[in-house]
Amino acid sequence: MRRIVLPLLAAGLAVPSAGLAQGTASPPLQRGEYLVTIGGCNDCHTPLVMGSNGPEPDMTRALSGHPQDRAVKAPATVSEPWGGSFAPTLTAWSGPWGVSFTANLTPDPETGVLRDFTEQQFIQTMRTGRHQGQGRQILPPMPWQNYGRMTDDDLKAVFAYLRQLPAVRNKVPDPIPAAK
Amino acid sequence: MREVVAPDRTYRSGRRRPARAGTALILALGLLHSIEALPQVAPDMPPRTLQDTGLYSDFAKLTVDPKHLAFSPQYPLWSDGAIKRRWISLPPGTAIDGSDPDGWTFPVGTRFWKEFSFDGQRVETRYLERQADGQWRYAAYAWSPDGREAHLVSEKGKRGAYPLGGGRSYTIPSVSDCKVCHQGRRTEVLGFSALQLSRDRDPGAPHAERRPDGSVDLRSLIDEGLLVGVPKALQERQPLITAASGTERAALGYMHANCGHCHNEQGPLKNVGLFLRQAFGASAQSAVASTVGHPIKKPAPGQSPDAVLRIEPGHPERSGLMQRMASRYPALQMPPLGTELVDEEAVSLLRRWIVETDGIRTEARHEDRGDE
Repeated sequence: MRRIVLPLLAAGLAVPSAGLAQGTASPPLQRGEYLVTIGGCNDCHTPLVMGSNGPEPDMTRALSGHPQDRAVKAPATVSEPWGGSFAPTLTAWSGPWGVSFTANLTPDPETGVLRDFTEQQFIQTMRTGRHQGQGRQILPPMPWQNYGRMTDDDLKAVFAYLRQLPAVRNKVPDPIPAAK
Repeated sequence: MREVVAPDRTYRSGRRRPARAGTALILALGLLHSIEALPQVAPDMPPRTLQDTGLYSDFAKLTVDPKHLAFSPQYPLWSDGAIKRRWISLPPGTAIDGSDPDGWTFPVGTRFWKEFSFDGQRVETRYLERQADGQWRYAAYAWSPDGREAHLVSEKGKRGAYPLGGGRSYTIPSVSDCKVCHQGRRTEVLGFSALQLSRDRDPGAPHAERRPDGSVDLRSLIDEGLLVGVPKALQERQPLITAASGTERAALGYMHANCGHCHNEQGPLKNVGLFLRQAFGASAQSAVASTVGHPIKKPAPGQSPDAVLRIEPGHPERSGLMQRMASRYPALQMPPLGTELVDEEAVSLLRRWIVETDGIRTEARHEDRGDE
């Protein structure tokens, strides 16, 4: 099993960085890849699948958010002392705010959340925690407060990197409001 | 074919480990519930109390310094029914530069206050001050329940500032949220502009206020030399919104004041293509052109699938703009911040406008065909 998983992982990891490995990427893209990696973006925006070593990110769907075919109908029911829960993919989160689904960050023209974002709107989104910098609130657990402390240049590098990812067509569901 | 004409005088207008995930969740929960303690006052912090901003000449009697100038915009911003009072203070010997009618420039040292009351009780006073570097300082002060003190609120704002009924409460916005609206166009000052201070006030404006005694308006500011460089057209004729009807004028004015600070042709959201701010000297009524019969670009979460157009003439219930304005589901509501309650008076006005718009369009089609 180990011999099967490792090549799969290697192939998956190579997907978003194929251009970079070939030396065609400009420094901002390399910086963006670096920041996306250490910033943990894949932790929630790339669905986990079960491998021989436990859950691992499915890099064939890198940064494409909660899979559209993984239906979630209602918030999780938890009792004290627990305050929330998450799906095995780590792309759906349930808490006092209802259920949030991680966004498709790939540049898919029909389903990518950033398809209408300008670079400045992306920066403002991280600064304000609001969609396109001025709209609806981004729901927990997206730690925009941390990313909002990044420099403009770093956020521009992240945006540039996200915009050149392989597009993944995946319509992430709308959030589910908290039960009243 | 109905067409809005704009004469010179008008405004057209890797892999997450469970422990890390848990930490993120706890952090998120904490953020939802926390109310920040007041920060330590640093030299660049706003005054700790409203009294220290200089609004009052006698704070014990709550007497506003008569040197400050009261004003009242003809199209007030909806803030969950709050009753408001507003003042501006200009440094002695200075004036506002009005040469750009869409973005007045205020002298360094300009101060604005806006007081919010519910049920006769002061709840909040907001404060804007133009600093030496040209930047605006934002602050909000929360009144004590007995109305005797008003202290600086944390930059993160304050939830539960006053009960609104139905389990909802008034929120004093964070500085970040203040800037979301105030930094959506060239000037950060909203509600103090030629159109808002026009003497030709719209009798159909929702929540129209009586002008305070002794308050300033466009004409008095020019006459007293407090507003200079104003284009001749604006000096000669008071601005008003050109519209097909009184209903439309009020509807466009409401959207100008409540939506146009983000949805305009100058700011970061211009790529959305929704232009609700009335701009001086525009050649067409872009607020109509970008809404009536205009397709929705990207449905918001919770949007009804039957809403295909931003405004569908004759069908307010199928108009995306109405669905968002009449909702307070956070992912769908418009405006997305600063309000917990639907503005029913405005919803009623816009419904009426959309229904009437259908009649106007039908009539225009008949005219085009030469129907009797």
